[in-house]
Amino acid sequence: MEEKVKEIIQQYSGDKSYLVPILQDVQREFNYLPKDVLCAVSAHLSVPISRVYEVVTFYKAFSLKPKGRYQLSLCMGTACHVRGAELIARNMEDILGIKEGDTTADLEFSYETVGCLGACALGPVLVVNGEYHGHMNIAKSTKILKKLGKKGATDDEQD
Amino acid sequence: MVNLTIDNRKIEAEAGQFILDVARENGIVIPTLCSHESIEPTGSCRLCVVEARQGKKTRIVTSCLYPVAKGMIVDTRSERVMNVRRLVLQLLLARCPGSEQLKEMAAEMGVEAEPRFVPDTDNVKCILCRMCVRTCEKVVGVSAIGFSYRGPEKNVCTPFKEESETCIGCGACAYICPTGHIEMETTETGDTRTIWGRTFKMKICKVCGRYFAPEDQLVYISQKTGVPIEDLAVCISCR
Repeated sequence: MEEKVKEIIQQYSGDKSYLVPILQDVQREFNYLPKDVLCAVSAHLSVPISRVYEVVTFYKAFSLKPKGRYQLSLCMGTACHVRGAELIARNMEDILGIKEGDTTADLEFSYETVGCLGACALGPVLVVNGEYHGHMNIAKSTKILKKLGKKGATDDEQD
Repeated sequence: MVNLTIDNRKIEAEAGQFILDVARENGIVIPTLCSHESIEPTGSCRLCVVEARQGKKTRIVTSCLYPVAKGMIVDTRSERVMNVRRLVLQLLLARCPGSEQLKEMAAEMGVEAEPRFVPDTDNVKCILCRMCVRTCEKVVGVSAIGFSYRGPEKNVCTPFKEESETCIGCGACAYICPTGHIEMETTETGDTRTIWGRTFKMKICKVCGRYFAPEDQLVYISQKTGVPIEDLAVCISCR
């Protein structure tokens, strides 16, 4: 762990003004930002841990909790919202058994809702690990979750 | 040197000085919360607003950050200024209804809580002026506290909201806090002090036998200044 952090910081020649890109790389490596990793970053960059914590909690892109293997983002922007994103959101929470912003206990799925993804013509939009799925509906979202291996997702609305 | 007018008084000031400092040097009172001589001004409480006229332009500016200029005409208590100041205080009061200092200030300025600003109920007394964070970083030099999150969730805390290892228990943050948000509790005998969820053991003065400073703080001072820790075992009044 320590070695990996050192290596990443080395890529930025230890410059503390690159704190955000360093944290991004660290998060990519560890899937989230564990406390001891942040302490290591703080020590190697000689930036106080209170300052690192400030940055990590400020940006939503950083997570202090482990993220799931599949990261699902459901767009709740205006266009998606009027086309029924709310119903899909309820379906997602029912099937995954978690609230928006949480991760399933088996670390398979992280689910969050987002403001607007800028793909309003495709709305409602569901993003799975960076892959956009447009014109989403309840049946389609159930199918996607089933395909990703979510047990208990029964797509009874066969199409 | 530049000449300017503050509240109809002709005043001479050094170029580059801020209006607030010049006013204070001349005995003109401008209310502030986030101003302190030991840290740089940031203009976060917005209470120090004044009206500054330069040429044909009159603007509402934060006096703690606005430099004086030749021929400037400043009014610290005009109707317009007072309206802005009252509004700022009403908003601060709605955010921190529990703060005694703010209530006192409101009473002094004749400001009443505005019903349309619904008071926050989550017991915050913090106006997010960042004075404590900057004092801890710049004056004390330990950076034990910082802000976390943003928007409505933004608050001041130690990293991970846990007991801080770097905190030395000096209490500078509690001292500088203008609204009484940061709580520091000392036991009746004075042998321990609790701040940010951590309890610090206090040191007894070798001469008068009173508790006078946290042990961690003395260790820190000793490390920083190179003065042996034994020499720091006497309180200021006995030195």
